[in-house]
Amino acid sequence: MDNDNILEVKDLSYSFHTYGGVVQAVRDVSFNVRRGEILGIVGESGCGKSVTAQSILKLNPEPPGFFQHGSILYNGQEIIRKTEHEMRQIRGKQIGFIFQDPMTSLNPTMRIGKQVEEIFVGDRSMTSAKVKARALEVFQQLGITDPERRLHQYPHELSGGMKQRVMIAIAIIAKPDLVIADEPTTSLDVTIEAQILRLLKDMSRATNTSIILITHDLGVIAKLCDRVLVMYGGKIMECGTAEDIFYRTRHPYTSGLMHSIARLDMEKSEKLTPIEGSPPDLFSPPKGCPFAARCEYAMEICNEQEPEKTDISEQHNTRCWLEHPFAPRVDLRYKGGGVHAAV
Amino acid sequence: MAEAVQTAKRRDGEIPKEKFRVVGKNIHKMDALSRPSLSYWQDAWRRVKENKVASTCLIVIAVYILLAIFVPVFSPYDMAQQDVSAMNQSPSAAHWFGADALGRDMFVRVWEGARVSLTIGFVAALINAFVGTVIGCIIGYYGGAMDTLMMRVVDVLYGIPSLIVTMLIMIVLGRGVQCLIIAMVIVGWIGACRFARGQMLQLKNQDFVAAAKVLGVPNKTIIFRHILPNMLGLLITNLTLAIPGAIFSEAFLSFIGLGIAPPASSWGILAKDGIAALRVAPEQLFFPAFFVCTTMLAMNLLGDGLRDAFDPRLRGI
Amino acid sequence: MKKFILKRILISIITLFVLITVVFFLVRLMPGGPFMDPKMTPTIKARMEAYYGLDKPVIQQYFIYLGNLLKGNYGYSMRYTNRSVNDILAASFPFSADVGIRALVIALFFGLTLGITAALHRGKTPDFVCIFIAIVGTSIPDFILGGLLQYFFGIKWRLLPVAQYLSFQYTILPSVALGLGLMASISRVMRSSMLEVVGQDYIKTAKAKGVSQFRITAKHEIRNAIIPIITIMGPSVAAILTGTFVIESIFAIPGMGKYYVESINANDYTMILGMTVFYGAFLILANLIVDILYGVADPRIRVGKKEAA
Repeated sequence: MDNDNILEVKDLSYSFHTYGGVVQAVRDVSFNVRRGEILGIVGESGCGKSVTAQSILKLNPEPPGFFQHGSILYNGQEIIRKTEHEMRQIRGKQIGFIFQDPMTSLNPTMRIGKQVEEIFVGDRSMTSAKVKARALEVFQQLGITDPERRLHQYPHELSGGMKQRVMIAIAIIAKPDLVIADEPTTSLDVTIEAQILRLLKDMSRATNTSIILITHDLGVIAKLCDRVLVMYGGKIMECGTAEDIFYRTRHPYTSGLMHSIARLDMEKSEKLTPIEGSPPDLFSPPKGCPFAARCEYAMEICNEQEPEKTDISEQHNTRCWLEHPFAPRVDLRYKGGGVHAAV
Repeated sequence: MAEAVQTAKRRDGEIPKEKFRVVGKNIHKMDALSRPSLSYWQDAWRRVKENKVASTCLIVIAVYILLAIFVPVFSPYDMAQQDVSAMNQSPSAAHWFGADALGRDMFVRVWEGARVSLTIGFVAALINAFVGTVIGCIIGYYGGAMDTLMMRVVDVLYGIPSLIVTMLIMIVLGRGVQCLIIAMVIVGWIGACRFARGQMLQLKNQDFVAAAKVLGVPNKTIIFRHILPNMLGLLITNLTLAIPGAIFSEAFLSFIGLGIAPPASSWGILAKDGIAALRVAPEQLFFPAFFVCTTMLAMNLLGDGLRDAFDPRLRGI
Repeated sequence: MKKFILKRILISIITLFVLITVVFFLVRLMPGGPFMDPKMTPTIKARMEAYYGLDKPVIQQYFIYLGNLLKGNYGYSMRYTNRSVNDILAASFPFSADVGIRALVIALFFGLTLGITAALHRGKTPDFVCIFIAIVGTSIPDFILGGLLQYFFGIKWRLLPVAQYLSFQYTILPSVALGLGLMASISRVMRSSMLEVVGQDYIKTAKAKGVSQFRITAKHEIRNAIIPIITIMGPSVAAILTGTFVIESIFAIPGMGKYYVESINANDYTMILGMTVFYGAFLILANLIVDILYGVADPRIRVGKKEAA
């Protein structure tokens, strides 16, 4: 394992047994996360990004979920083979997780302080005084006002933004190397969102903590991420630096996403161009490329075989038949205005 | 654009050039709809039919109802007919369920009792549901002072032990089927009212109501033709689950001596007589007990099945 | 929180008043009426006059009655002419309380355990056992269950006594008959409450923190799942109370229920009146306690909302 990488995921496939059959939620997903970098995973609802993220900490309910094949290496250790006991040492302490909805992610009958300090239960080196001091330190760092009082309050007494800061506090209090944030700002106001994203970025830079940031919002990606994965139908479509994805787009799906968002520099008369259709049925995934049915450049081969991975540069790769020498030349980069997609 | 670098191996040889003809979007495959679309009621009925337990219960209840209707008509015995020579007889060819302490045929008494108990159960629950729902809907929809007053009243009335009040009313009214139903309804409509009001409060703020108002639909129509059908599923479920409660109430009251007057028969009276005869002829308890319990069981299971059938979250499964 | 408690107390007092009034006037309406019976002996008549002020207008009688109640005086039984209702209540209440408490404890202990176990082992044996017991238990009326238990354990197999209430053995059948139905309900509610809690987001958060499964179940799941159980405690106590009427009759236990049923059948109106008021007051008090407990258990009620950005 490359020492620069804190996480190496190879050919991960995760599925669920359901009433109607087996759902292949994640199919042959491979990516790496370097120390100190912020990796974004972007895609529509149901594309497999949450399942992928939760697989890293084995948080998916099993049953009905199960690993079909693949490997997840964290600091050289194979996650998939670890026991529950071993996972508990990693969760919260070496890898932190921030969930999407702060309203429902905190126990309504337990005080905030207790919930934050719960991570250290069983750790004898942390006395209760040390734990409390650390909690106050983190609260301070995250801009939680009146931190002493907060420790004694119940979740329903806090606003949404404050609750999400508490969630972040929980995720980072034990100084993990990696934090996974699953749509941390989706249910927050735009102004609060900006603050939270700023916090995450500063925290990452200051402590060299890697972040995997999952979102469906390209604006968030633009603001925070060093590298980006674009997922669709349980697979990775394109992967590269933020600049690659935004300015050197090589996949029709990514291109569709770029073209579908409203931008400040659009003309009033310009219509929004959504991607028609909906994500594929993962009970019986399509034979070829999952995006073929909705792709305007789809070719016959796209409906029959899955495209292979093509490396465009050292960090940039894509899975698309358009890269094949026989395919027509298409420029997928966003056209129109030189303004960045900024929030 | 820089030349792409192929890194992966090609699968089974070269791919023919024609495969790279652009065909574009596939409108038929775009929106994956793998299951046919059913209306709410069709879907619910389908779910009930598929639920074997619920279907069985439905059949059992239907059978009981038929027996209750026809056995007393065709039986050679009258339920009050006493036969001294047959006192406490065990089941035999002459008396299928045996005979009680006064020589009355148990078989006909069980099914006469079924008539009474089932009628009271269904009718009381139905009236409760009807009155309670109408009042609850109106109160919930119009709100205001009437609503506040009503809720205070309900809060207070809810705290009064209902069975006890029913008992007292029965003492005043006397015994018999009609008195029993009246007493049960006086006390019982409150539960249905509360529920309907709660549902109304939830539904009246939804957009389809606002749309109807904007179109100028009169209030009464909105309540009964727009909102009520949305509650109907849950209402039916509650009704089904209220019936065992009503049957129990009748049995309880008759057992204490307040409900149906002998020589009439009801399952409560039969239970009481049966317990009195335990040492001598326990089957006098077993037979009515069996039918009471299975009826309540069947209605409970049916109610559960209906609740699942109408639950929108289980749609399409 | 204080406001919450005060409001509840106020409603309880109003309810009590309404109950007493309703019962009082209902008794006046009863056929034959206790106060006009020509068969009344002079002793009773004299007592009635003194106690109820029968010659005075009805409203005044009402206030006289209220006054008596406040003094804790329930009047005299008509059937047991030399005993006051208070005496009978005092003598019989301990028996009823004993059966009732045993039944409640059985119902809570086994019901909660069964419900929790079922939810934690969803789809496996404990789950099926729980659902089975829940469904069957709520479909058998307690008096029928009492009769059946009496027959099998008492008469047929002669394992346990079936009448009176003399030692521990005597308590087994009645408390089981009384409590089984409630146990079924509780296990069912607990099971569905647990299942709902287990699927909540904050349980996932707890898991992501590396908390042990044991701690998650004990401190997060059960703690939250038990709150709905408190809300059904009010109706549960009422169910046990009305259950005592029949169970005591069947098992010949000299408790309040048995006297109540007898007085109904014997038209002993003063007993009926007095005991009904007592029962009513008891239930109203129980509901009040349950309401307060609920407010204490759920922090969202106990600590109001003070939003801070």
